[in-house]
Amino acid sequence: MVAGMTDDDLVFKALADPTRRFLLDLLFQRDGRTLTELEGELEMTRFGVMKHLRVLEDAGLVVARRSGREKLHFLNPIPIQLLHDRWIGKYRERYASALINLKTELEDMA
Amino acid sequence: MTTTATAIGTTQVYRVYIKTTPQAIWDAITKPEWTERYGYAGRVDFELRPGGKYIGYSSEGMRSMGAPDVGVDGEVLEVDPPHRLVQTFRMVMDPTMAAQGFTRLTYEIEERKNGVTRLTLTHELEGAPQLAVLMSGGMEDQGAGGGWNWVLSGLKTLLETGQSLDPAGHQ
Repeated sequence: MVAGMTDDDLVFKALADPTRRFLLDLLFQRDGRTLTELEGELEMTRFGVMKHLRVLEDAGLVVARRSGREKLHFLNPIPIQLLHDRWIGKYRERYASALINLKTELEDMA
Repeated sequence: MTTTATAIGTTQVYRVYIKTTPQAIWDAITKPEWTERYGYAGRVDFELRPGGKYIGYSSEGMRSMGAPDVGVDGEVLEVDPPHRLVQTFRMVMDPTMAAQGFTRLTYEIEERKNGVTRLTLTHELEGAPQLAVLMSGGMEDQGAGGGWNWVLSGLKTLLETGQSLDPAGHQ
């Protein structure tokens, strides 16, 4: 983990890049790919893809595992779930409860 | 199945960081009084030795909807408390999944800095495509729970806050 950054910061930073989102989508379609396979899907140097994968790994969005001589990359959906629970679900609830309050007020006025 | 034979596309890996001890995570995975408080909320029965039996019981909620008593079965392969647990895992509740046979689960529990423990779960699902869909959350809208993502998020919430994420089971 990078010093001074929270887990959420790392996940948001990792997701704030189209190449990294594309890499996640590739792993979502088919999980457990090697660097070479991922590189084949991108117009980018091997080094560039490695750097992006590193950011995704630091954020916990990708977990790399050795399998024999190969290093396979797996999508880990848990940080996105936690981010959803912390940052998205809450605001959806508030929006819903605001509508419920509005309904109550309008009905009281009637 | 050997550890090097990880077939591409049939293995799922989940990782979660939890502010707790390795022992607390170990207990939450292996003790029924903990397993009934998160995820599929069924009690487990682990014989914690290589060759020991593993039984995952259906929760009360699932039984009231007609599920059999035993939801999952398997065999314990490796036990190194509180760091590593390897077992086989077969969903017997559903005939299609039961027929697809045993899969393999590896829990790795590692202490990190600042009181945080890292849990990595690897599920080798070769030959069990239906279970793979279930465990990746693909059957959530059919009321079958959100898979490992949902189970492990619930485990984190329970250990960090003492609260069940979704006490009613699931949405």
